[in-house]
Amino acid sequence: MSTPSPGPASPAPAPVPARPGQGAAADGAALLRLRGIEKHFGPVQALHGVDLDLPAGKVTALCGDNGAGKSVLTKTIAGIHQPDHGEIVWEGRRVHIRTPRDAALLGIETVYQDLALADNLDIVQNMFLGREKLNRRLLDEDAMERLAVETLASLHVTTVRSIRQPVASLSGGQRQAVAVAKAVMWNSKLVMLDEPTAALGVAQTRMVLDLVKRLKEHGLAVMVISHNLNDVFEVADRIAVLHLGHKVAEGPIESFDREIVVDYMTSGRSTRQVAEVGAAGRPPAEPAGGVRDGQSRG
Amino acid sequence: MARVGDELTSGAELQELPAEEVPEVIDVVAAGAPPELVAQTLGGYLRAWGRRIRGGDSGALPVIFALAVIAVAFEVWTGGLFFSPGNLVNLFEASLVFMTLGMAEIFVLLLGEIDLSAGYVLAVGAGIAGLLVQKPGADLPWWLAVVIALLCTAVTGGLWGTLVARLHLPSFVVTLAGLLIMWGVMLVILGNAGAISISSPILTNQHVLYEFVNGEVPPLAGWIALAVLAAVFGTAVWTRDMGRRRRGLVAPPPGVTLVKIAIAVLAGVAVVAICNVNRGAVTAVVEGVPWVVPIVLAVLFLWMMLLQRTRFGRYVYAIGGNPDAARRAGVSLVRVRTWCFVLAGLTAGFAGIVYLSWQGGTSTNVNGGEYVLYGVAAAVIGGTSLFGGRGKVSQAVLGGLVIGAIYNGLYLQGVQVQWQLIATGGVLLAAVLIDTLSRRGALTGSVTRM
Repeated sequence: MSTPSPGPASPAPAPVPARPGQGAAADGAALLRLRGIEKHFGPVQALHGVDLDLPAGKVTALCGDNGAGKSVLTKTIAGIHQPDHGEIVWEGRRVHIRTPRDAALLGIETVYQDLALADNLDIVQNMFLGREKLNRRLLDEDAMERLAVETLASLHVTTVRSIRQPVASLSGGQRQAVAVAKAVMWNSKLVMLDEPTAALGVAQTRMVLDLVKRLKEHGLAVMVISHNLNDVFEVADRIAVLHLGHKVAEGPIESFDREIVVDYMTSGRSTRQVAEVGAAGRPPAEPAGGVRDGQSRG
Repeated sequence: MARVGDELTSGAELQELPAEEVPEVIDVVAAGAPPELVAQTLGGYLRAWGRRIRGGDSGALPVIFALAVIAVAFEVWTGGLFFSPGNLVNLFEASLVFMTLGMAEIFVLLLGEIDLSAGYVLAVGAGIAGLLVQKPGADLPWWLAVVIALLCTAVTGGLWGTLVARLHLPSFVVTLAGLLIMWGVMLVILGNAGAISISSPILTNQHVLYEFVNGEVPPLAGWIALAVLAAVFGTAVWTRDMGRRRRGLVAPPPGVTLVKIAIAVLAGVAVVAICNVNRGAVTAVVEGVPWVVPIVLAVLFLWMMLLQRTRFGRYVYAIGGNPDAARRAGVSLVRVRTWCFVLAGLTAGFAGIVYLSWQGGTSTNVNGGEYVLYGVAAAVIGGTSLFGGRGKVSQAVLGGLVIGAIYNGLYLQGVQVQWQLIATGGVLLAAVLIDTLSRRGALTGSVTRM
């Protein structure tokens, strides 16, 4: 892992950049490529040589049972954990993500399940927390409010009564939307969402899934960690399944159905074929193949 | 949000999305939710305000209401003594220590911490400043004595803050130890004399300190200063609100801005008018606003700017609301927490200067344990939450006035001290009750469903 450190990405805040056309060509060179990522905590091996591609303009769902290594993998990308082995390739260059700050500089943002919002602050204050804009050493509320409004509007988040209401008064879906907007406001290119629809009602889940689709339309790479296969099949373009620290499957959504994903999640393999009619010529799910090799490290 | 969309520079992005996407979104979002804080007319604003109060988010209203009720009740009970100008000025001067200690506490209460040492830090601050202007003795210039006293109290605050922030000791215990330590320190520095006085009219340095509370701005100068302040304040608020409205940002309607300015100016006129009545005994003329009023106002303004308009202040609120979120946003919890204790110590020291001037001296009898509880009570009665994240410096002023009014009214009636304690305790309980109930209402009432 002797690599150049992450190149400077512009940290300047800007509304979500629309990058049409980028999504289609994504499969060739993924925005983020993980190769052979290994991570262990003491005697516990959490990740066994995981490969994963996250292309721009696509939603990749990361599935797996509890303890499969989903959050370790996410935190490795987010700069909270360092991989023991393996490489992270960002926009074609090997990078070393040592801290969450490094990740943010590259354009990687994570929305954790607890959302990390301060209930007593309003929407603008939360969106700019830690990156406030100043004007002669005082907070530039006008500029921050304007940017926050633009970002929310570009994501079509229009349900909030006032952008100056405290986050405590928002519904679960609105809070998720604020957390996502906060994540994408900084020229981010990859957004990782941890269980974004857990504990949400039907209508709010709908709103958050629409939001995810909109991120994709803006050309961002999105990774959604979810247990909820309804949501996965609703928004994802690609699926990757982890089982006990191994990546056991990865491929376009068309090569999976619910049973297959459940098989992979619970047992690490599947013998089924996609059952749907009219899906002629679709490739079967990639078996885990090579990733199983070389897992025993000293 | 269509209101804002009109002038968005990035409005183009909205059109880049597939057209069929938009109706789907509107289905989802029950698009008609009226933006209460962006009401465009005075009437609309008042209706939204009413909704908010019914929802439990009442702001400063309960404490102002309580103050009015207490004042009217005492006015009737004391047969008109309460509202005499002389008494009102007394009341205000007696409330100053509660107010300033309340301001000190707000810095730590906002973090969800507490500072129990503030009362004896006040006593030590008063003792140091008083000793340094004694003659024979140090006889330092008054301003130097004040600066040294404030530095000492800020350092003690920094000590508690370091223990709390770096070593993660509970602030309750650290500052309880601090209470005892500062009590001892006060006895050490005042031990020989037991009491010191700064009321000598011929020693300039003592006299200046004494005049903070006991000296008056000449009546005419008071009016002129008020006019200037009102003009500056009015223009600033008006241009800010109108500017925000023009740029499409969240701002109250012009009527509300005008009412706000009018209330502030009227309050100022009332204070100056009351203070400018001759409240002296037969032989001497005493009239004018006490110097301490502009001084406390200046401190209030400074701390308001710090907490509302700077990054530091924003981080204080963020840590009080969700320390994890603040940490992940890159906020240094250790630094912000330590500085809050420093500011609490500094402000408690300022309260000590006010105390010294008000009493014309200090002694080993200062009951710091009682004062600190009144400081916390002032903040909480004003509407500051004990659990962090909610509160404003200005609330300490209102809360301090409530405590001062209760004391003053019961004193006028000749009610003994035990009943004063019981009454103040009752008001504190009521304040916490109102706060808790209103928050419960606010949480359940105003959640917007989609």
